[in-house]
Amino acid sequence: MVNEPRPFRPRISARLAYTLHAGLAPNPFYRRLAAFVEGRPRLARWFTSGERAVKERLFGCRMCGQCALPVTGYACPMTCPKQLRNGPCGGVSADGSCEVDRSLRCVWVTAAERAGSAGRGGDLDLLQRPADNREWSRSSWLNYWQGRDEGLTTALGDG
Amino acid sequence: MSGLRAALADGGRFVVTAEVGPPRDADPDAITRRAKALRGWVDAANVTDNQGANARMSSLAASVLLRAAGVEPVMQLTCRDRNRIALQSDLIGAAALGVPNVLLLTGDHPSLGDHPEAKPVFDLDGVQLVWTARRMRDEGVLLSGRPLGRRPSWLIGTVENPFAPPTAARARRLAKKAAAGAEFAQTQYVFDLPAFARWTAMLRDEGVTERCAVLAGVGPIRSLRMLAFLSTGVPGVHVPDEVARRLRGVPERRVEEEGLAICEETLRELAATPGVRGAHLMVFGHEDEVPDLLRRAEIRKGDPDVDRL
Ligand code: SF4
Repeated sequence: MVNEPRPFRPRISARLAYTLHAGLAPNPFYRRLAAFVEGRPRLARWFTSGERAVKERLFGCRMCGQCALPVTGYACPMTCPKQLRNGPCGGVSADGSCEVDRSLRCVWVTAAERAGSAGRGGDLDLLQRPADNREWSRSSWLNYWQGRDEGLTTALGDG
Repeated sequence: MSGLRAALADGGRFVVTAEVGPPRDADPDAITRRAKALRGWVDAANVTDNQGANARMSSLAASVLLRAAGVEPVMQLTCRDRNRIALQSDLIGAAALGVPNVLLLTGDHPSLGDHPEAKPVFDLDGVQLVWTARRMRDEGVLLSGRPLGRRPSWLIGTVENPFAPPTAARARRLAKKAAAGAEFAQTQYVFDLPAFARWTAMLRDEGVTERCAVLAGVGPIRSLRMLAFLSTGVPGVHVPDEVARRLRGVPERRVEEEGLAICEETLRELAATPGVRGAHLMVFGHEDEVPDLLRRAEIRKGDPDVDRL
């Protein structure tokens, strides 16, 4: 497969990522902007390429369109060869390397470390619901700002 | 009804499960033969799902055969080869065919098996699959939101590896699976008892063991080749130096005996470890040794409670 996922080590620190994220938090302005952009196919394509360029470089983003970065310590779970969105599998080697490629560090080991160091370890307890595969190659920012990701991440009740 | 559920509810019983790997061909007797040795000695036996990403008889078919042969099956189902439609479909099918227990997991990557060129599916992950199954059973809905008429009743299990990094997060990880719906969890091979006891202590602190019964993975190392294989060839298995030293310290012909002795000691210790509800035996083709192993570890006495042979 051309685009076979492999664990990616984020190029910016977790702390910087959390800080930058504050600038992306949804607000009425972004919501309107997103609707405006989405209504114009060329502009939307241009915007999406921009998102791809930035996130591919920083996080190895594969454009699943339903970004999990804010709850994974900004280590992209779609770069896991199994695309696990809810935490590591049991195949991680003692040295923390990936079951599929021992030369790479498991992205969930990275995620746990980054989230933990930022006091956000609890994020990993949240349930990431099954992703919508129709969203691949769409802009996750446009989705996020328009509130479409609500329900994608939920707390698991005791029941 | 699930006999495993009843066994887990019986606080005085140390629950034992084993594993039956389906054959690589269409011979149903392969299952019957293995069932014979286990019948009456284990509370249930897992039927693996193309284990190690190697193509075999389906776990659903083999589960039905195992049940017919008198051993209660735990059907394993992985996310590796099926998308969410096929997963739910097999779960419904299993319920209709009377498979009382399912064990839901992510699965090994195809690159490790006999069809490395296969397309990895992983449409859902193991946690999402557990959650999906629990909602099918308890809320009567599919992922699509469509209702189920008659609901399945399986007992839902999962797996966890207490020894794989990030180790500090592994107790929380089982807590997450339990919250998603797992009622029991079988673990990776336990050779490192102190590390395992630390993990179960964390689980007890978080109240996880009350909701999700822990069955510790146990099995003998039979040769130095197997030791080397487990140490380097199987993802996520950790063999401590002390165990390796013991096996290397005896003459070649006594390695198997020593491996069985270590296994027996491990079983005894586990039976005395708080928070451990039972053991999951991995004997790979040596099912006939299960009765002896359980007797030696004083987990089961004499003949099986009912003579069904
Ligand atoms: S949009 Fe999807 S693929 Fe891209 S970084 Fe976020 S989770 Fe990863």
